[in-house]
Amino acid sequence: MLLRHTTTEVKEREGLTINPAKTCQPVGAMYAALGIHGCLPHSHGSQGCCSYHRSTLTRHYKEPVMAATSSFTEGASVFGGQANLLASIETIFSVYDPDIIAVHSTCLSETIGDDLQQITRKAKDDGKIPEGKYVIYASTPSFVGSHITGYANMVTGMAEQFAESTGEKKNQINIVAGWMEPSDMREIKRLSKEMGVKIVLFPDTSDVLDAPQTGKHEFYPKGGVTIEELKSTGDSKFSLALGCISAEPGAIALEKKCKVPFETLDMPIGLSATDRFIMSLSKAAGVPVPAEITSERGRLVDVMADMEQYFHGKKVALFGDPDQLIPLTEFLLDLNMKPVHIVSGTPGNRFEKRMQEVLERIPGANFKNGQCADMFLLHQWIKNEPVDLLIGNTYGKYIARDEDIPFVRFGFPILDRIGHSYFPSVGYSGGLRLAEKILSVLMDQQDRTALEEKFELVM
Amino acid sequence: MEANRIYPDPALVREELIQKYPTKVAKKRSKSIIVNDPDTIPEVQANVRTVPGIITQRGCSYAGCKGVVLGPTRDIVNIVHGPIGCSFYAWLTRRNQTRPETPEDANYIPYCFSTDMQEENVVFGGEKKLKQAIQEAYDLFHPKSIAIFSTCPVGLIGDDVHAASREMKEKLGDCNVFGFSCEGYRGVSQSAGHHIANNGVFKHMVGRNNAAVEGKFKLNLLGEYNIGGDAFEIERIFEKCGITLVASFSGNSTVGQIENAHMADLNVILCHRSINYMGDMMETKYGIPWMKVNFVGAESSAKSLRKIAEYFGDAGLKARIEEVIAEEMPKVKAIIDEIRPRTEGKTAMLFVGGSRAHHYQDLFTELGMTTVAAGYEFAHRDDYEGRQVLPSIKIDADSKNIEELKVTPDPELYNPRKTEAELEALKEKGLEIIGYEGMMKQMKSKSLVVDDLSHYESEKLIEIYKPDIFCAGIKEKYVVQKMGVPLKQLHSYDYGGPYTGFEGAVNFYKDIDRMVNNPVWKLIKAPWEIAGNGSSAGLEASYVTQ
Repeated sequence: MLLRHTTTEVKEREGLTINPAKTCQPVGAMYAALGIHGCLPHSHGSQGCCSYHRSTLTRHYKEPVMAATSSFTEGASVFGGQANLLASIETIFSVYDPDIIAVHSTCLSETIGDDLQQITRKAKDDGKIPEGKYVIYASTPSFVGSHITGYANMVTGMAEQFAESTGEKKNQINIVAGWMEPSDMREIKRLSKEMGVKIVLFPDTSDVLDAPQTGKHEFYPKGGVTIEELKSTGDSKFSLALGCISAEPGAIALEKKCKVPFETLDMPIGLSATDRFIMSLSKAAGVPVPAEITSERGRLVDVMADMEQYFHGKKVALFGDPDQLIPLTEFLLDLNMKPVHIVSGTPGNRFEKRMQEVLERIPGANFKNGQCADMFLLHQWIKNEPVDLLIGNTYGKYIARDEDIPFVRFGFPILDRIGHSYFPSVGYSGGLRLAEKILSVLMDQQDRTALEEKFELVM
Repeated sequence: MEANRIYPDPALVREELIQKYPTKVAKKRSKSIIVNDPDTIPEVQANVRTVPGIITQRGCSYAGCKGVVLGPTRDIVNIVHGPIGCSFYAWLTRRNQTRPETPEDANYIPYCFSTDMQEENVVFGGEKKLKQAIQEAYDLFHPKSIAIFSTCPVGLIGDDVHAASREMKEKLGDCNVFGFSCEGYRGVSQSAGHHIANNGVFKHMVGRNNAAVEGKFKLNLLGEYNIGGDAFEIERIFEKCGITLVASFSGNSTVGQIENAHMADLNVILCHRSINYMGDMMETKYGIPWMKVNFVGAESSAKSLRKIAEYFGDAGLKARIEEVIAEEMPKVKAIIDEIRPRTEGKTAMLFVGGSRAHHYQDLFTELGMTTVAAGYEFAHRDDYEGRQVLPSIKIDADSKNIEELKVTPDPELYNPRKTEAELEALKEKGLEIIGYEGMMKQMKSKSLVVDDLSHYESEKLIEIYKPDIFCAGIKEKYVVQKMGVPLKQLHSYDYGGPYTGFEGAVNFYKDIDRMVNNPVWKLIKAPWEIAGNGSSAGLEASYVTQ
């Protein structure tokens, strides 16, 4: 057994997290910053942070992930990191020439109290930021929240530091992307185009973290939301925030700064959440839903109806991030499945409340988020009440193998498969992909374990 | 074939690499970019601070301590004291394989333990939570050892992980609890963490069990972390030769083996950078000499085995080792003969680690390939120039912060395995005892040596030299491949391996052959993009006019 020490008996833990279902803020900030065109993310802390975050994102995307670090040593930790950040800004602009440097803090720089706003202002005053270039920042202490919080903080930073209101409204809708894959962002843009709605999607990692092989390394790939687009978000007539944890803070910032009204939606994963997204987009833009989108929806419902017997009643355990877990759980319920065990390391009452609303249909389902809501606990729950399916990031494969549970990879990070960056999980086509993946692993398990006389050709 | 290749003038390349840097940065980097001369080895600036913002390959002290040295021992519960990320990122990502002897034996490697430090712990201190975490780990698992790793905020807020460990060790009674002050900001790279790990393992583990070990030729394998099963292959060879492996530091190891390691008669060191401290300390305290070996490369493996035989000076062992080499080599030779015509004359660049950029050159040589440029990520001058430069290395402020243990001979256990005269005799036979000649002596004249290569420099080098293969890590992998050059990861081996010993050499030859000759590199351009293609030119023209 790989996880041979995992006990069946659940004991309350307060100090020790085992096999976490979250990671720390800065990696989320780095991911979000990659969704700005011409941006170099910068980690203000020890070298290890930047190295670990780049490694994790690289393993997840199999793509270049460029980012720089302030390379703190003991001296910087004692005397403050201002000199390191100023030196970094100078080196980066002269060597790598980005349009923007997006600085995020770390537990180290937060603990010593470095003030990113003050340091970036000083960089500007000292003439270290060339004309027409920008340095933005987000405070992302690793000891608060999770990687999702860090993503939200950087997205908020983009809105706060770029949005301008000229007083003239633009006929466009902001879509604040929650933490989703480049494929999902591409799909949101496709759906909006199909609807005939002009949107500004931010951040946008499509054409950044799914770049083509051309024989040339584009240090700043063609994708990403542009500075002009970000500035224009203040003039948009409405914002849709896709995710109450990772996207809403960005929409709130836009409302505060530029009075852009907003609505918060679940991330459009699965049928019902996509329905709500399409309706809200239609309403906000004042456009009807085109027939093609209704057909897309119909294809998903068709599969759900035709395959219902295989989904029905199957128990599911899942772990991951709030804005994905909420609509994913709802989708499982639409498929007539039974999500019985759910954990997420990301804390927050908002998340807890929303999850409980979704889970009303499954009395007795186990749900825990925040500290010690980890994969060790999830595994213990599974040992006590076995499941038919496990959904989560790559780390789930250890539980799946030990307990022989069909496993669908979903979330962050996925280190051992490709696909997530190319094929969306959002929208109706994303729902189809998820349904297909779930069905395939369930059927594969049946084909592998059925008695010979029960082995079926047609299903 | 090699003769046909025109190499650029390295002195000009050097200028080109630093041209774009701000003056101060250029001045600093120029000391780390050196044109090699194996006869009069020039000084390389190494183990100094990275220029902030330059985009470095380097990681932190914690990564070197927990990730590299302590991570591979399967039966220690490694608790990371800090916010969640540090433990998360070091969770199973280094491919340290391990093989528990029974299904019941402890193996915590698939687990990730953290105190998940929160804001209130940073404000009010985290020791209470740490002690709670240690207690909970003990109650759940009853491990033999629990190790605690400090992350950046821990050192800054003044949590005393050593006092907390001592207190818990006393309280628990049958569990060895010890801490490491390996905060990420210490030192200038992973290297500081290696040193801190060596100190802790030496202080808290080595020497706890004086039971005699069976076997005639007993040694420890230092600096082998069993990535991709490397240690398994070396274990196989040792067993075949009749050599007893007491402990490995630390691939496929257990706490019990390390606690008993001082009963061996020789330490052989693979990764000099990460573990030489241990060799020195065990020599001083117990009288066990160490010797640099290299099991990367078939010829190097054979040479290393012969060195071990020479050290023990036993005719039977020498004969057995020759038999083993004679048995293993023909399989290797057969593969080389098949592959070499396809790799001969090709070029490689290696920018990785603190030893790997040296060791892997042997494998490329065996394939008839030339290393045109190489450098380490976190090594020191001795790894480049050889240990004779040690006395002349200036200890700067960053290194001064890393504790140097004061080690003295153990009053009871110090037992020189060889007399001074015997050691001298061995040295005269060409055996390098407590020595390492470094990377540069082996590299060709006018090859380029670059320490702590920056991203910018790597792109420039590839543009200028157009190497057939580039060796680095995961962060560089897809950048270099986007440039149409295959990248071999020498940290994780691209999930392949083992690459040590005889079987490992064969694996490596096959992988490199596959990579440098892969048809995919010729498919990058679409047919209509290729100049001179009649039909595509027409197509292109028609699109352009649209």
